[in-house]
Amino acid sequence: MSVDTSLRFDKDYVTGFSSSRQEPAWLQELRLQALELAQELPMPKPDKTKIDKWNFTEFKHEATGTPVAFNELPEDVKALIGSEEEAKNVLVIHNGTPVYFALEESVKDQGVIYTDLLTAAKEHEDLVKKYFMKAVAVDENRLPALHAALFVNGAFLYVPKNVELSAPIQAVYYQDDEAAIFNHVIVAAEDNSSVTYVENYLSTNDATDSVANIVSEVYAGSGAKVVYGAVDNLAKGMTTYVNRRGRAEKDARIEWALGQFNDGNTVSDNTTHLIGDGSFTDTKTVTIGRGDQKQNFVAQIFNHGKHSEGYILTHGVMKDSASSIFNGITKIEHGATKSHGEQTERVLMLSEKARGDANPILLIDEDDVTAGHAASVGRIDPLQMFYLMSRGISKAEAERLIIHGFLAPVVSQMPLESVKNRLVEVIERKVR
Amino acid sequence: MSAPNLKIEDLRVSIEDKEIIKGLDLEINGGEIHAIMGPNGTGKSTLSAALMGHPKYEVTSGKVTFNGEDLLEMEVDERAQAGLFLAMQYPSEVSGITNADFLRSAINAKREEGDEISLMKFIRELDKKMDHLEMDNAFAHRYLNEGFSGGEKKRNEILQMMMLEPKLAILDEIDSGLDIDALKVVAKGVNEMRNPDFGCLIITHYQRLLNYITPDKVHVMMQGRIVKSGGPELAQRLEAEGYDWIKEELGIKDETVGQEA
Repeated sequence: MSVDTSLRFDKDYVTGFSSSRQEPAWLQELRLQALELAQELPMPKPDKTKIDKWNFTEFKHEATGTPVAFNELPEDVKALIGSEEEAKNVLVIHNGTPVYFALEESVKDQGVIYTDLLTAAKEHEDLVKKYFMKAVAVDENRLPALHAALFVNGAFLYVPKNVELSAPIQAVYYQDDEAAIFNHVIVAAEDNSSVTYVENYLSTNDATDSVANIVSEVYAGSGAKVVYGAVDNLAKGMTTYVNRRGRAEKDARIEWALGQFNDGNTVSDNTTHLIGDGSFTDTKTVTIGRGDQKQNFVAQIFNHGKHSEGYILTHGVMKDSASSIFNGITKIEHGATKSHGEQTERVLMLSEKARGDANPILLIDEDDVTAGHAASVGRIDPLQMFYLMSRGISKAEAERLIIHGFLAPVVSQMPLESVKNRLVEVIERKVR
Repeated sequence: MSAPNLKIEDLRVSIEDKEIIKGLDLEINGGEIHAIMGPNGTGKSTLSAALMGHPKYEVTSGKVTFNGEDLLEMEVDERAQAGLFLAMQYPSEVSGITNADFLRSAINAKREEGDEISLMKFIRELDKKMDHLEMDNAFAHRYLNEGFSGGEKKRNEILQMMMLEPKLAILDEIDSGLDIDALKVVAKGVNEMRNPDFGCLIITHYQRLLNYITPDKVHVMMQGRIVKSGGPELAQRLEAEGYDWIKEELGIKDETVGQEA
């Protein structure tokens, strides 16, 4: 393993990078420790996908964007967040630089903090310190360590106790430079608060090899509710590691709605720890693989608390010679009595060369629980195709209808109309 | 618009290398309703599936023209575009696509881009035809055939036929699994379509549907061929006397196909 430990980024580089951004000392210290770990720790080993030849370490690190007024935002970005009137609470990060930001006074007045992570690290040091790399540990494996050492920016969203926000908080991470995306998101919802956060990742560089190393940490305090919507749409040139992690305290609720539409090789880990009694999570994912991309998706729920409930629903479509592994893991820990876990993974393959594997795994260390799973992997039904085509519908259109139909049970249950519409659009573009 | 014409000459069809249709001739013109009758296993459904282009059936020889064009050279969707329709015995269920969305896609597939049917007009037509077939309007918003009863699926096939207005429709055992009321409703739908620009081939093994749709010609199929043709009186005789007299007349012991002696 000595070959790939030689990171291009050394202590001097990281120190210089951190200093140039006037980061607080603890953060620089954390970066340097993480860098050391990144040199020692092994790569993650996603089940059934070999990633040892994937490039996660060679990339251009820095890029810049220029702050703009709303109407100067790229059309692609505007399409995601709506009109200026609609996009009242939004952060746009372009090539690692916050370029547009809006937050309603009424939201601020309730003590909500929403800003880019770098600003938060300076202005709300204690809070960032409390949450940064706490749900995802720096020493988990090489990629989170590398992430902590080199993260560029991201979003920090803090909702105080008892504050319930009705309007969604949005973020767009947009990259048109060949540089890597090292983005970090923290959503911390204090006790009995409620918030919806929706993010879009977008990159346009197909040609150059680049890397995305993304970590999101979601903390739901007692009785809090977090709805987390994400639509990933990174271009073919991007090799992606994305780790979205949640921790739910007593009676807290985390709902994930993930549209994972990257065109490049992707390792995705979405894990939720149901810490408190009565906590709940629901993770819904839709994905489409195309070209020759390889992807590995883990949706994982740990039930620690009594009466905790976790649901996983994943539907994936594989086209061309794309291949994907879907690992659903429900782990019910000893002592989590009366808890419940349920998962469904379904994969539809559109061509002979497409591959999909669904592995539902139930690991149960407690007797007094209920759990269930369902999985299916199949090809498009030739009789369905015959039926649709016998009504004059072309082969391409029939496939399109079947794919929409296959993804509909997940898309239709997505918690937000905007995410739903966005998913339909991206699906439309990808199945054409 | 010229009246439709379907001409089948010496058609042979195999499934998994087993020949089912063994040299069949038939011609249907606009304004005509033909019925093919015959016991189970004589190749009736194979004929209808092969004409539509079912992927499992292989036409090994013979010729089929539809309005003068080579039907067998066409893809399934092209056959439909040319005006052929098959009401299937076992329609597929497609989850996640509503009946209405599906029908609108099918109608628009026949129209030029930019000339799509307006939503209002579509809904109006759909409502009218659903009323005609005594279908609950809720069916428009249910997923295509999913969870439909046998009878509901059959009505839905007729609804599609009425919405798509084909030149020639093949109804494959549309009457099986229908109670008498549903049968009358289906017959009403077919009779509504009756005109010189529409031809129809009804495949059935019971005469009862033909009490409500009077055919112009009746054919009896055995051993993968049409062995006898006649007018509506033939169907009545079959109903009264069964098929044995034909077998006797023609010296057929086993009417089914593939039971090589």
